[in-house]
Amino acid sequence: MIEIKNLTASVDGKEILKGINLTVKKGEVHAIMGPNGSGKSTLSKIIAGHPAYEVTGGEINYEINGKMTNILELDPAQRAQEGIFLGFQYPIEVPGVSNFTFLKESFNEICAHQGLDKMDDENFLKHLRSKLKVLEMNESFLERSVNEGFSGGEKKKNEILQMAILNPRLSLLDETDSGLDIDALKIVANGVNSLKSRFNATILVTHYQRLLDYIVPDYVHVLYKGKIIKSGDKSLALELEEKGYDWLIAGEK
Amino acid sequence: MSIEDNLQNNYKYGFVTDIETEEFPKGLSEEIVRLISAKKNEPDWLLDYRLKAYRHWLTLTHPEWQYCKVPTIDFQDLYYYSKPKTKKDTYKSLDDVDTELLETFEKLGIPLTEQKRLMGVAVDAVFDSVSVGTTHKEELEKVGVIFCSIQEAVEKHPDIVKKYLGTVVPYSDNFYAALNGAVFSDGSFVFIPKGVKCPLDLSTYFRINAKETGQFERTLIIAEEGSFVNYLEGCTAPQRDENQLHAAIVELVALDNAEIKYSTVQNWYAGDKEGKGGIYNFVTKRGHCKGVNSKISWTQVEAGSAITWKYPSCVLIGDNSQGSFYSVALTNNYMQADTGTKMIHIGKNTKSTIISKGISAEKSQNVYRGLVKIMPSATGARNFSQCDSMLIGDECAANTFPFIDVKNDSAIVEHEATTSKISADQIFYLQSRGFSSEKAVSLIVNGFCKDVFKTLPLEFSVEAVKLIEMKLENSVG
Repeated sequence: MIEIKNLTASVDGKEILKGINLTVKKGEVHAIMGPNGSGKSTLSKIIAGHPAYEVTGGEINYEINGKMTNILELDPAQRAQEGIFLGFQYPIEVPGVSNFTFLKESFNEICAHQGLDKMDDENFLKHLRSKLKVLEMNESFLERSVNEGFSGGEKKKNEILQMAILNPRLSLLDETDSGLDIDALKIVANGVNSLKSRFNATILVTHYQRLLDYIVPDYVHVLYKGKIIKSGDKSLALELEEKGYDWLIAGEK
Repeated sequence: MSIEDNLQNNYKYGFVTDIETEEFPKGLSEEIVRLISAKKNEPDWLLDYRLKAYRHWLTLTHPEWQYCKVPTIDFQDLYYYSKPKTKKDTYKSLDDVDTELLETFEKLGIPLTEQKRLMGVAVDAVFDSVSVGTTHKEELEKVGVIFCSIQEAVEKHPDIVKKYLGTVVPYSDNFYAALNGAVFSDGSFVFIPKGVKCPLDLSTYFRINAKETGQFERTLIIAEEGSFVNYLEGCTAPQRDENQLHAAIVELVALDNAEIKYSTVQNWYAGDKEGKGGIYNFVTKRGHCKGVNSKISWTQVEAGSAITWKYPSCVLIGDNSQGSFYSVALTNNYMQADTGTKMIHIGKNTKSTIISKGISAEKSQNVYRGLVKIMPSATGARNFSQCDSMLIGDECAANTFPFIDVKNDSAIVEHEATTSKISADQIFYLQSRGFSSEKAVSLIVNGFCKDVFKTLPLEFSVEAVKLIEMKLENSVG
C-alpha cells in the first residue's frame, strides 16, 4: 500500500526526518511511537503533504490504480483524493461552515475524483446517520460549524467521523487518543476498528500504549531523532510502557 | 476574447456593446445641466433643483478624509450624458428597444423580453444614462405599485417625486450628492402604496458601457404605510483601461409599519492585476425610517470597483423603527474599499444591527467605517455591531473605524470586532479532506460571510457565493 524509502525532511533548514524506511501493506495496522520531538507527527504530515516541510531526499511510494507511484509531487488535495486521510492532532476550526456541508462537499470532491456518483442530500444524510451511531455522536453535530466550540473529545470524534465518511485506503491518525477520557477513547477506537478491512491500512501515531489496548497494531515502530530505531509487534509497546524509552535510546547514543 | 485573456482575467462581464451613442460634449457647466434637463423635458422645479445643486457643487472641494487614495478626477474631462442612439427617442415599450441592447442584457443574464424575462422578479435595466426597459410593469400596476425609471416618474407622477426627491439625501449632503443632484440621468423609481406587499421582487440592473462617461443614477423608493418591498440591485461594466466614475444616490423612505429590504451585488469592473482601470464607485445611500415600526435593511456584497466608497445608512426617526446593515466587502489586487454604515437613532426604542465582513487579498485595502449615533430623544435605543475582517496573504490591509456617539443614557450599544487570517494550517486541513486550495479558501470565506449571505434572497445569495469564489481565484498561493 505504501512504501517509504530513505525519507529525509526538514523544516526551516532544520533536519527532522533522517532516513525513514517503512512499508505498510493492505490490512495492516502500524503504530509509531517515540518520545516528544522524535518526528512522529512530522512523518504523518509529510505523508499527507503538508507544505511547511521540505522533503530533502527519499521516496514515498503509494499504490494508485494498482501501481506504486511516488506521491511527493502530489498536493495534499490530490493525495486525499487518492485515499490518504490524516486525522489531525489539533483539528482546525472552520467557522460558518456546517459539519454537514463540509462532510458532504468533501465526500463529493473525493467521489468526483474517483469517478463515483455524488450522493443527494437525503441519501448522504442516511449514510451519515449510520456513521454517527457508531461514534455515538448526536445529530446536532451536523448543524454546528466545523470544530468550532467543540471540546477536545468532540473534535477527535469528528475526525473519525470524517474518516468514516471518506472511507480512505490509508489512514494516518496523529495522536488521536490525546485529550480523550477512557469512554471517549473506547468509542473512537471502536470507530476505527469498525472501518478496518483487508483493503485498507492504518498508521497510528501515539505517545501511549493505552490506545493500542483498543486498536491492536500488527507492528510497532519506535521513532527517535528522525529515525526508526526499533520495530516489533504489539509486545514492543508493552515493553516500552514498562521500561520507557531510555533502554532503546541508550543504544543510540 | 482569447482563452489566454480569459485565464488572465476572470471578469466575464468585461465586454463592450458596440452601439452608437448620443453624447453631450465633455465637461460640466450650467449649460450641460440645462441640456440634460431639456433633453428629458423636465418641469421647471426639477431644472431649478439641478441648478441649485450645480451651484452648490461649484463651492465644494473634493473630500479628503477617506482612507483610500482617490486620484484627482478631472470633472471637465467626462461625458455627463450618454444614451444609446436608437430608433426612437424614448422607449414606450420593450418593442422599441434595439436588439443590441436586449442582447447585452441577455448576455448579462438579465433577459428583458416577455418570453424570456425572469420569473418572480421585475427588472428595470439601466444602460449608461437611461433606463431601457422595465419588465412585469402591468402586473405591478394592478396592485398600484409603480416601478419605472425616474424620468418616467417625473413625467407621470411628478407630485410624488417632487415630495420626496432630495429629502433623504439633499444635494448639500456631500460633494458627490451635489454632483449627482446636478447631472443625474436616470435610475429607478418605486412606489408601494398603503398596505401593499409588493407581489414581486423589484430589481434594477445597472450597466455602464460608454467610455469616459460618468454614470449618475438616482433611485427613489417610497414604501407607504404597512407596505413591503424587496429590492435588488446588480451592476457590471466593461473592462477598460481608464477609470470610470459612478456616483449614484439612493433614497429610501419607509412610512408607518412599512419595510424595505434593499440588496446590492456590486460587480463593477475592478481594474486589472496591476490596478489599471476600474470603476470609482462613490455612492450615497440612505434610508429614512420615518414611520413608527418601520424597517429598512441594507445588504451589500461589494466585490468589484477599483474604489468603493459608500455608507448605506438608516435614519431611525419613527418610534420602534429598525435599521440593519449587512455587508460583505471583498478587495483583491489593488482594489480599495472604504465602506460601512451610519445608524442615526432619533425615535424611541429604535434598533439597529450592523454586520460587516471585510475580506482583503493581494495588495488591497479594506476599511470599515461606521457611525452609531444615539440622539437625546432616542430613549431605549439599541445597537449591535459586529465588524470582522479577514486577511488573505500578507500584503493586504484591513482597518476598522467605528464611531459611537451616545447622547441618551438609556441606550445599549454593543460593538464586537475580530480580525483573522486564513492560515496555511487551515488550508492544509481542508486540502487533506480533498478540497483544492481555491475551494478551501472559498469554503472558509463563505463560512465567514454566512451571516450576511443568509440575508440575501436565495438566487442572489447563490450568485454572491459564486462571485466571491471567482474573485478569489488564484489569490492563494
